[in-house]
Amino acid sequence: MKAEFLNSNQAVAEGAMAAGLGVYVGYPITPSSDMFEYLSEELPKRGGSVFQAEDEIASINALVGASLAGAKSMTATSGPGFSLMMEGIGFAAMVEAPLMIVDVMRAGPSTGIATQIGQGDIYQARWGSHGVYNLVAYAPASAQEAYDYAIKSFNAAYRVRTPVVLMTDAVLAHTRERVVLRDPGELEIVGRKAPKVAPDQYRPYRPDPEDLVPPMAFYGEGYHPIAESLSHDERGYYKTDDEIYRALVSRLVRKVEVNKSKLIASKSYYVEDADVLFVAIGSMARNLLALVRELRGRGIKAGMFRPISLWPFDDESFVAAAARASKIVTVELNQGQLYQILKGILWDNRNKVSNPTIYNLDMPLPTLPTPDEIMGEIESRGWKLW
Amino acid sequence: MVMLEEKPSHPLDAYMRTDRLPHIWCPGCGIGIALQQFLWAVKELHEEGKLDPNKIVFATGIGCTGRASGFVKFDTAHTPHGRAIPFAVGVKLANPSLIPIVFSGDGDIASIGGNHMMHAARRNFDMLVIMVNNMTYGLTGGQLAPTTPHSVYSTTTPMGNPESPIDATKVVYSISPNFVARMSITHPNLIRDTVKKALLMKGFRWIEVLSTCPEIFGRHINMRDPYELYSRLKKVVKFKKVASANDIKYDWNSEITCGVFTEKNDPSYMENYLSMYGLKEKLGVLSP
Ligand SMILES: Cc1ncc(C[n+]2csc(CCOP(=O)(O)OP(=O)(O)O)c2C)c(N)n1
Ligand code: SF4
Repeated sequence: MKAEFLNSNQAVAEGAMAAGLGVYVGYPITPSSDMFEYLSEELPKRGGSVFQAEDEIASINALVGASLAGAKSMTATSGPGFSLMMEGIGFAAMVEAPLMIVDVMRAGPSTGIATQIGQGDIYQARWGSHGVYNLVAYAPASAQEAYDYAIKSFNAAYRVRTPVVLMTDAVLAHTRERVVLRDPGELEIVGRKAPKVAPDQYRPYRPDPEDLVPPMAFYGEGYHPIAESLSHDERGYYKTDDEIYRALVSRLVRKVEVNKSKLIASKSYYVEDADVLFVAIGSMARNLLALVRELRGRGIKAGMFRPISLWPFDDESFVAAAARASKIVTVELNQGQLYQILKGILWDNRNKVSNPTIYNLDMPLPTLPTPDEIMGEIESRGWKLW
Repeated sequence: MVMLEEKPSHPLDAYMRTDRLPHIWCPGCGIGIALQQFLWAVKELHEEGKLDPNKIVFATGIGCTGRASGFVKFDTAHTPHGRAIPFAVGVKLANPSLIPIVFSGDGDIASIGGNHMMHAARRNFDMLVIMVNNMTYGLTGGQLAPTTPHSVYSTTTPMGNPESPIDATKVVYSISPNFVARMSITHPNLIRDTVKKALLMKGFRWIEVLSTCPEIFGRHINMRDPYELYSRLKKVVKFKKVASANDIKYDWNSEITCGVFTEKNDPSYMENYLSMYGLKEKLGVLSP
């Protein structure tokens, strides 16, 4: 164990290398490029390869190839690059290639503001590619968490054989903090589940019944797996039958659901007696927590729930945190993406919560508001929160 | 009547997923000839002890040609449209002992994947690309391809093609990777010899294979009969040695130049990278 002073881009790089990163492929884009630069120095020293592709489309497709050929594979990007990767993310989901995409969120749409924060990618991470599939996405809120969740992202990717998106933001990316880097023995590292049958019996898409995840043969091992982007049966053979398609995509969805307890993460602050429950992610949650503490100092029963896994969402912890609240306020640098998620969860759990009113404090700003500015925004809306 | 006790076997069965046959290609289609010659080349090199088929990763994009990945018995990938080249890049980066082969259509490689094609060639990246050029979008029904001859009819250019086609081989030649050739399904044995040579080389190796699509391309230009289209192609194909890019022609009405245009042994991307970065261990296992 050792401590270093790192920004979260560097922390992600360190976490990924601790998890066994073998191949990094990227295309430069602010505010993610310094992670690429850092890895260009560090990863070859640890035996891995770094490659600058011609664009993000090439990056994500190269990652799928690298993953199937046996390397832990990662890219980092931001808004426009993330959009370009969507088709490839669907490909990774379809062929069940474990890999990791770091999306350092910036202000959008389109080229937006390259150097400034945004939080508008929550839905894109989940629904950005066409079709029916599930993936995993985490949103850390500190350099330490960026390190920890880089490792957890790889673990999740290999546990369920799916692409994982690690969502940071422009402010977090460049804020330096003390990060504890752990020694190899102190870490839980999940690898692939290797096939236990002979090559002629191996079916690349035959899942284990309990976790719905097929064992993974790497290229070059003699198993001759097919990575089939078309709808396929257990052998990887293209099939258009209703039943085969349905079995395939519902498994792609359900394998994340059945493994959910191993994937979800969140943090709750002062929620035991909270009347007003704030919800935010990433850098925004840090400023909001300062405001919650200030409100507590004024005798207001404020609390905060911070989802870390956005997909799958830790709805049970949220419902527990919201059980006593009469008001729930989402605070986001977008038009209310968390708000939309929470409305659905509250409706599904309406017998477990005390019918709270949910407020959407949307602040589509390209800069991170201070606690005072968040307070000013609340006051300007004229809501009776306390 | 003679009863066959066993399925008749073909010498290339070992390299095919025979349980997937029959294949999807139309009678008279040239893709099968291109694939067969590739497989013969693999078989011969395998038998000569020069190639381990277990090291081959056979990647295709989308299209009639792209379906080949479903029929061959290697480690395979049927990637999204145009993405087989970057996929192959990732495979090689992850495991330098593997031999990535990209086998795909002209639309797949030269249109949607055109940028990848150029940059893989520029990097002299370690892979063999076989682009089967049937001058049309076969799988989607005969729309304009970047290789469709000027003025001929396609379903998206009903008044004739107003554009000039790209000569992908000329483009790749101008970038100067280690191996550049154009062959034709009208001369199958030459495809086999060329693939055999290219398979054992390092760096970026490019083979365009001119092919026939009687069902779509032929039908739309009034050459629905496979033999007629084949003969038309055979007439225009000219094998030559070229001295410069200017000597390579791609003209459906006069000459489509074929031959091996570049053959050299420059250091490949992986060689450069692994030696510059001191990754000696991986350099030791590097395959062609
Ligand atoms: C992103 C994307 N765009 C379009 C398509 C539709 N599409 C499938 S095959 C194809 C063209 C294939 O042409 P070519 O590469 O020449 O192959 P051929 O069928 O002639 O062998 C197109 C446009 C697709 N599958 N994906
Ligand atoms: S449509 Fe054309 S390219 Fe496709 S299989 Fe038929 S003949 Fe071949």
